[in-house]
Amino acid sequence: MTWTPDQPIVSIHNVKKAFGSLEVLKGVSMDIMKGEVICIIGPSGSGKSTLIRCINALNDIQGGSITVEGQEVHDDNLDRLELRKKVGMVFQQYNLFPHKTALENVMMAPVKVLKQNKAEVETRARELLRKVRLEGKENSYPGELSGGQQQRVAIARSLAMSPDVMLFDEVTAALDPETVKEVLVTIKDLAAEGMTCILVTHEMGFAREVADHIYFTDKGVIVEHGPPETFFDNAQDPRTKEFLSQIL
Amino acid sequence: MLEAFQEFFRQFAADHPTWNFIFFYEERQWNKVISGLWMTIKLSVVCVIFSVIIGIVGAAMQGARSAIVRGIVQGYIQFFRNTPPFVQLLFFYFALGRFTPTYSPDGWLEVPIISNVGWAIISLSFFAGAFNVEIFRAGVEAVPKSTQEASEALGFTRLQTFAYIVLPLALRVSIPSLNNNLVNLVKTTTQAFVIAVPELLYQSITIWNDFPSAQNPMMLVLFISYLALVGILVLGMNKWERSMRIPGYGA
Ligand SMILES: Nc1ncnc2c1ncn2[C@@H]1O[C@H](COP(=O)(O)OP(=O)(O)OP(=O)(O)O)[C@@H](O)[C@H]1O
Ligand SMILES: [Mg+2]
Repeated sequence: MTWTPDQPIVSIHNVKKAFGSLEVLKGVSMDIMKGEVICIIGPSGSGKSTLIRCINALNDIQGGSITVEGQEVHDDNLDRLELRKKVGMVFQQYNLFPHKTALENVMMAPVKVLKQNKAEVETRARELLRKVRLEGKENSYPGELSGGQQQRVAIARSLAMSPDVMLFDEVTAALDPETVKEVLVTIKDLAAEGMTCILVTHEMGFAREVADHIYFTDKGVIVEHGPPETFFDNAQDPRTKEFLSQIL
Repeated sequence: MLEAFQEFFRQFAADHPTWNFIFFYEERQWNKVISGLWMTIKLSVVCVIFSVIIGIVGAAMQGARSAIVRGIVQGYIQFFRNTPPFVQLLFFYFALGRFTPTYSPDGWLEVPIISNVGWAIISLSFFAGAFNVEIFRAGVEAVPKSTQEASEALGFTRLQTFAYIVLPLALRVSIPSLNNNLVNLVKTTTQAFVIAVPELLYQSITIWNDFPSAQNPMMLVLFISYLALVGILVLGMNKWERSMRIPGYGA
């Protein structure tokens, strides 16, 4: 079965995941269409990070299925490289390579993993750094950049692989309030260009503004989901209401 | 000029019977010192390089998924770290040396394909390599798991992640301990003496066996040579450490 763009680009079906005896995901399902922006919100420890890490096979699963462009992720014969070319990921702690400059961080995977031409990659990497508004910082090392700047390098680094889907795991949680905005603007630009984005976030205002669909998770299940207007203004489940009342 | 120099030490030996710098006026002894020094340098350089390679490969293997591979590395470390290098040299040369094939260059003589110098290199490299594995492993453990995950998420294989991300970062952490171990290795090359590798200590002893009056000067040569060799190594390592420093990273 070949995937066509009218089918979900990411399809998560009844996914179960446990760490030892601790059940973290207890049957989670969601479908994400190409170009959609999805926000996952929920209390700490509810399994949000675990879920998005399963999408690019950083975690394995014990049950259910996850497909990306029709390709089953949790298959022993999975071509990991194929998957990771399709799915980019940005982490809360940036996780840049500290011994490489901003430019080198962005260039490394296309050159070493995809074996692309170095000169062409460099042109593209400079463009990407410009796009995340880091012109002039090409030769800075991560340790010389602010948190917000590092996070934008991390976004550019991920984009350099030309992914079809981007995963963001609380990418502004480690930033101070002034720099949060610069990162959110970057993500918003991406979403506006039609990038499929799956975000875990605590920025409710941002979620409301950019998301096409919001999922609320608690204790390993999806409690409630819907478009931002209905979700935020007309939540049904008492757990959702309680969470929103605490956070808003 | 050279004549005068040689004459001075000849006279000096006559005046001071325990300070016979014989290698300064007798060419045969001079050649022994130089060839011994050269052998020590070769032994040190080759063993340093091999032991570092063994350390890196071993540390990479310790990150392998297979428990068997990790077990083999662990066994290797225990054996080489916890037995004397002196005994290891004897074992390699006499026990293993007996089983190595020989070849015959002239149809008469049977020459083993691994010479005593070869065994010394193998034995000492594995000895220092065992410590290097542990040193690099400590460095590898200092690299955050999350950095490796980011690299995996970008499509790097485990091996690529090790080569491009983990190792360069681990090396920086490891240099001070590596420094100590390599200094020890250079000093331990003297033990190759036991299997008659003609390095500096071996040559020095043959000289003072022939000329007991040259013992003090030879001791002096030994001390000065090792001070210089180790000094160069440490300088080089410090320079390397500085060149690897990352702006804004670490202390
Ligand atoms: N590698 C692991 N081994 C064992 N338990 C884990 C592991 N990773 C996560 N967990 C547990 O799984 C549960 C869900 O963790 P997860 O990180 O997915 O939560 P989260 O919703 O992202 O929380 P937060 O908002 O704090 O980031 C937690 O109880 C956590 O302790
Ligand atoms: Mg999380």
